[in-house]
Amino acid sequence: MYLTKEEEKIYNGEYGEVLEMAMNLLVSLGDIYGAERLIDISSAQVSGVSYKTIGEEGLNFLRDISKDDVKVSVPTTLNPAGMDLSRYEELNFPRNFVKKQLDIIKCFKKMGVEIGCTCTPYLSGNIPIYGDHIAWAESSAVSYANSVIGARTNREGGPSALASALIGKTPLYGYHLDENRMPSYTVEVEAELEDISDYGILGSLVGRIVKDEVPYFVFKNGISGDKYSKLKALGASLAASGSVALYHVEGITPECRMNKIDIDITERITVTKEDLEEEYHRLNTTEEKPDLICIGCPHCSLEEIKEVVDFIVKNNIRRTGFKCDLWVCTSIHIKVIADRMGYTEVIERAGGKVVCDTCMVVAPIEEMGYKNIATNSGKAATYLPNFCGSNVIYGSTSEVLKKGL
Amino acid sequence: MDYVEIMGRSISKGVVEGEALVSHKPISFLGDINKEGIVTDRESDIYGKSIKEKILVFPTGKGSTVGSYVIYSLGKRGILKGIVNRECEPIVATGAILGRIPLVDKIDISKIDTGDWIVLDGNKGIVKIYKRN
Repeated sequence: MYLTKEEEKIYNGEYGEVLEMAMNLLVSLGDIYGAERLIDISSAQVSGVSYKTIGEEGLNFLRDISKDDVKVSVPTTLNPAGMDLSRYEELNFPRNFVKKQLDIIKCFKKMGVEIGCTCTPYLSGNIPIYGDHIAWAESSAVSYANSVIGARTNREGGPSALASALIGKTPLYGYHLDENRMPSYTVEVEAELEDISDYGILGSLVGRIVKDEVPYFVFKNGISGDKYSKLKALGASLAASGSVALYHVEGITPECRMNKIDIDITERITVTKEDLEEEYHRLNTTEEKPDLICIGCPHCSLEEIKEVVDFIVKNNIRRTGFKCDLWVCTSIHIKVIADRMGYTEVIERAGGKVVCDTCMVVAPIEEMGYKNIATNSGKAATYLPNFCGSNVIYGSTSEVLKKGL
Repeated sequence: MDYVEIMGRSISKGVVEGEALVSHKPISFLGDINKEGIVTDRESDIYGKSIKEKILVFPTGKGSTVGSYVIYSLGKRGILKGIVNRECEPIVATGAILGRIPLVDKIDISKIDTGDWIVLDGNKGIVKIYKRN
């Protein structure tokens, strides 16, 4: 790979061991994937934050890399941690886990990373411009940034995103290049989709078929209502059941609107109402009652929180209304607005919790005794059985909330 | 002493020498090798062997991205000295670089047997093989 004089100096250790290691990582990954050079990025988003996912080895690595006071060189945000960073006691997170999680956060903070732990950085200030090169790691955020915003990122790992954050560059390959952004499947959606959870089902079905390729969606009935939350759910689910990093939607996503997409060579898939019903049954793995209802994977937008609030108000649910725990997961940024709108108060008066910085997938829910999880997220429904040993109750927001009454 | 020199590709920097331990199957570092460096995967052709202070030679990596941190830890604690791959993939590359374990790939690993003495130059991407016999 071609390196500038300055990049070569970093590679040869003239700016210290940490940057040398970061540069070695970017150069080697670039060589493996056939990149010709590095390119400047405008932001980074780093995964591997929960103690549950990275363990003692990951924590030791972060201690190691943060000890020299090297700072990130572009705006950098973090993926969800394993707990709410403020209310962990009230939510009964295990004591040892809390200690380890706080140690991890301390390391990131030392490096100048923003401690707004969220999988939806694009709702809270880490917002690329169309065409920007970025290095993001959270798969659902990668999908949103590539597809809905039209920025450019590969699916980075935690360490490679952090290396990019420190250096301010990423190897130029994959989704950074025009030729790799063309679709190979056309997905005609005949079924009429309503709730956010329907988009999760669609993503789960299509992700399994297209794997790591690029689908081009044609919604025969359009997308009604809150487009952003629906595309967020679709992308998250596509990235979980497959490893889709980019999708296009006819007439909606920017590269389609700018006629940059060539759809001649694609395979065709048609999705009917029956296909979605079948997938819905696949995602549901138990008939039992939930111990925990979890809304907000990826983290809730304000509109999604309002949906929960509307359900509670409409059904006049009081403190003992829910027979199980209810977590509405979001970023601390959105929570502040939810507080101001009075939404948090409504949810918490009904016995629920607005939980920040984490979600049901990366929190140690199995250790906390939660077994049957009700969710409206296709992504969570894909990961919960294997990652947390959970049984899944899947449905629309109001369906899963009803299950808890 | 005679040796065979093979030119490969530098993935992780550093120079190291040691005895080769060769597996011809892809390795997942999350699950297949324990903290002490013993191979615990029963399907492996080096099952039960210790990778401690060896140059580990295998075709390529597989499995979870958390494997990178496991490799880092094996390197940091001085258990894994060096890696030779046929084709390195991102998980192993990342772990080796974080853990400062020299790694060279694009090497025809059929030329290496367990017990051979290996001089691994991760800076230049060169592997020197001193045959055991």
